[in-house]
Amino acid sequence: MSMRLRELIRAVRQCKTTAEERALIAKQSAAIRNSLKDQDAAYRHRNVAKLMFMHMLGYPTHFGQMECVKLIAAVGFPEKRIGYLGLMILLDERQEVTMLVTNSIKNDLGHKNHFIVGLGLCALGNICTAEMARDVAPEVAALLASKNSYIRKKAALCAIRVVKKVPELAEGFLENASALLADRHHGVLLCAVTLALQLCYVDANHATTFRKHVPILVRILKSLIHSGYSAEHDVGGHADPFLQVKMLRLFRVLGAGDAEASDAMSDILANVASNTDGSKNAGNAILYEAVESIMGVESVGGLRVLAINILGRFLANKDNNIRYVALNTLAKVVAVDTQAVQRHRHTIVECVKDSDVTIRRSALQLVYNLVNENNIVTLAKELLDYLTVADLEFKADLCRRIAELVARFAPSKRWHVDTLVELMSKGGAHVADEECRAFAHLVSATPELQGYAGRALYKASFEMRGESGWKLAAVAAWVVGEYGDAVVSRSNRLEDEEGFVASPKDLVSLLESIVLDAAVPHAVKQVVVTALAKLSVRFPSEASDVKRAVSHATDSLNLELQQRSCEFIKIFERGPSLTGPLLERMPAFEVKSSSAYSGIGIEGGGGKGGGGGKAPAAASGADLLGDLMSLDDDAGAVRGSGSAAAATSGANLLDDLLGGDMGGGGGGGGGGGGVGGFSAAGSAPADPLADLFGGVGATAPATAPAPAADPVMDLLGMAAPAAPAAAPVDFMMGMGAAPPAPPPPPPIDPMAALDIGGFSAPAPAPAPPPPPGSFTAYEKDGGLRVVFACTKPDPMDPSETCVLATYANSGASPLRSFTLQAAVPKTMSLSLEPASGADVPGAGSGGAPTTQRLRVKNAQHGVKPLAMRLRMQWTDAASGAVVVEQATVSFPPGM
Amino acid sequence: MIRFLLMQNRQGKTRLAKYYVPLDDDEKHQLEYEVHRLVVNRDPKFTNFVEFRNYKIIYRRYAGLFFSLCVDVNDNELALLEAIHLFVEVLDHYFGSVCELDLVFNFHKAYTVIDEFILAGEIQARSIHWSPYDRETSKKQIMERLEELEKVKD
Repeated sequence: MSMRLRELIRAVRQCKTTAEERALIAKQSAAIRNSLKDQDAAYRHRNVAKLMFMHMLGYPTHFGQMECVKLIAAVGFPEKRIGYLGLMILLDERQEVTMLVTNSIKNDLGHKNHFIVGLGLCALGNICTAEMARDVAPEVAALLASKNSYIRKKAALCAIRVVKKVPELAEGFLENASALLADRHHGVLLCAVTLALQLCYVDANHATTFRKHVPILVRILKSLIHSGYSAEHDVGGHADPFLQVKMLRLFRVLGAGDAEASDAMSDILANVASNTDGSKNAGNAILYEAVESIMGVESVGGLRVLAINILGRFLANKDNNIRYVALNTLAKVVAVDTQAVQRHRHTIVECVKDSDVTIRRSALQLVYNLVNENNIVTLAKELLDYLTVADLEFKADLCRRIAELVARFAPSKRWHVDTLVELMSKGGAHVADEECRAFAHLVSATPELQGYAGRALYKASFEMRGESGWKLAAVAAWVVGEYGDAVVSRSNRLEDEEGFVASPKDLVSLLESIVLDAAVPHAVKQVVVTALAKLSVRFPSEASDVKRAVSHATDSLNLELQQRSCEFIKIFERGPSLTGPLLERMPAFEVKSSSAYSGIGIEGGGGKGGGGGKAPAAASGADLLGDLMSLDDDAGAVRGSGSAAAATSGANLLDDLLGGDMGGGGGGGGGGGGVGGFSAAGSAPADPLADLFGGVGATAPATAPAPAADPVMDLLGMAAPAAPAAAPVDFMMGMGAAPPAPPPPPPIDPMAALDIGGFSAPAPAPAPPPPPGSFTAYEKDGGLRVVFACTKPDPMDPSETCVLATYANSGASPLRSFTLQAAVPKTMSLSLEPASGADVPGAGSGGAPTTQRLRVKNAQHGVKPLAMRLRMQWTDAASGAVVVEQATVSFPPGM
Repeated sequence: MIRFLLMQNRQGKTRLAKYYVPLDDDEKHQLEYEVHRLVVNRDPKFTNFVEFRNYKIIYRRYAGLFFSLCVDVNDNELALLEAIHLFVEVLDHYFGSVCELDLVFNFHKAYTVIDEFILAGEIQARSIHWSPYDRETSKKQIMERLEELEKVKD
């Protein structure tokens, strides 16, 4: 005699340890297996029930799967019920066993007992597969017209599942679904409306069919709002709130883009919006849906005002749930009607400080959308205030957003500088390098503010020490180093600027204190040392102090820092004839568009390899160093950037910065520097020494065209073994020759590097980094290359992906009548737009690459990743042969 | 669409779980763990909504039991919150002052209730008298079915 389910549960609950429980389950599993082997039909349902319980506890139960199938085929209701339950719990749609039940379910759908039909529909609705959906679709469609409301209801929801699995089957349900929309039973109506919604989602054309029913639906909704209390339908004081919500949602889908339907429903929308009592949650759910619908359909202005007012009321509500939906909805509305949302600005900003993270996140999102030229000053202040108290996870994003908004809407340059300085001092380590770079660019491009910015930074950096101040310190050092003379000058003082005076001595001692601070990461110190060297030229009177400050770093454990400081000491000894031109101010530079930043942003991780600092902040500082230093046009900086180039992605950065260098017209020296840097960029070696050698290899031929008399070139000439006259070369070579086995020169043709550096210097035009979400879907050497750039067109619906396919051809001959065919799994739907051209031009022809847009909708987003197979066919123009290629595309995760 | 429904106690033990999307057992356990972590320490004053991966968790606490629904981001949160309450009322009606132990010992009945309440990830009941039958007979019929289920256990 086997144990009863209740006894099993009790026994499990009495187990004191997991081991005891495991032993009990093992014993019971064995007993169940034996009983299954005996084909004992009397205990079958009890066994399956016990297996379900074990499954819930997390024990393996696969051996019972067949029993569910047998139970479903049994005659009695209790057996069937347990069988179906087991089917839904122990199995899911991916198991082969489900195939076996299709026939039993089909039989049950025709059963005369409506409970059994209901069981079948319920199981189908929850676990049916695409194959099963095809098999049972006619039965389900027929059941939509059943006499029994219980069955109609379940069939409607089951149809949703069928249509989701196989969208082509939607046509078969259209007629019966339309008929159901007039059903008198409200439960059926609810399910029918849900089905209609799903049919519209599957194919927007179906909305036309359902639009005919708008008047009926309007009448039903009207009777719902005006009907008195009825216990049967009452939920939270409202008649059928779920039905109302679903109907409003259907109105939204039907009214969108259709003026006539919108007009027909506008009265009822106004009615719902003004007559629903918002004191309870159910009422607010209806109001919320009504607002969304008013905003979604082609409503008249008055109605929209009503909707926005409701949101205003929501926002003032004490209940956080209501405020949350208000914030979310306002975020959608803000693009349509900014003015109306602006009125609630104060409340929204208050929500940013709420204690609940869900509210904070929504409010912050809304604030970002709300900012414009008129309110940037107040809102930026609020955001900066919030930055100091924000959660750590928000800070980096917040800094980025503030910088972005400030750059877009800043009313004046001065305010821009002020705000960014405040951002850097409040954001600390969370400020990204892009922001620092953008700030450096702003300062270098605005000569009238250079002194002011330097003073502000000096002050901020003086007040703020410690880990969070390192980024600020690096930026301050750069500005002070470049524009030290402007910082101390009194002539460029702005109106109403406070009477703050910094002497050259103060600047040097601030920088010296940073060099002496053991906690500061090396990357920051490297910037500081360069800044000090520059100050020695700006203030010849401080030369001895500068030299002392730099000499602190000559025994640094960090190779880069030590080398740099030693070099500078030597350079100082050579006197003003060398230091003057070498340490000149860097020319104003260009900044790439923000898309170029995104490429550089990736390199954050790569920078860690080169930084050598222990703290994470130091690692990201190394990155910053690469950026800031390479902004300089002196030789030291170009060499220094080797550490940034340690990562492959650093190459990109170097391209970028060298572009700035050369554009500035550094002359022969700039060109030479370009060569050294470019070889590093091309090879991106992991070892800074290899990098150095890269410079050696590439610069040797560069000396020939460049005038050797130029002292700057002289320094660069250190790389040329044939120029022993240059004094600095000695120690440089010493450094380079130190390793016994010098790494091989980079695998890049020095002449090619020279070409790039020497002749195309004014327009280096590095290839723009690919936008995020872009990858190579297919590539054939010397032939076709297909690049996919994926975007999510609708942020609310991540299941939809828009792919821009670019066809490039590296072969010489064009590909004629090129066609691409794509196939996706059944769970996804795909639409292809026509390509921009029928041919893919050859590499040399200079024609624009051919592009084509693909839209993929993944019904199981988050469960199954995107996948695609491609079939490409073209005629080779040279040989006339028809080529067919196939490829499987693996999309990056998260798509 | 409702992706899954969970009933968990404060210790994180999942008492009942119903999934409307196919998932591996490991993924299910991971989800249950994460959802519990998300909801268990929230202040009662906070919203009942938490963003979770690409979805939203809508949860409500009844004594020591958390009822969580995982839904799409554009679903009506307030309505679904009301749905949880309705569902609990239904359970209460069904078991007569429901408690955690009722769900443990009668999990199969609780599943029956769920199946009558949600199908294919959509709500099918609209009021506490959710049964398919006329009001007068609904109780009687539920009892009949319950008795049938009771017999199963013997």
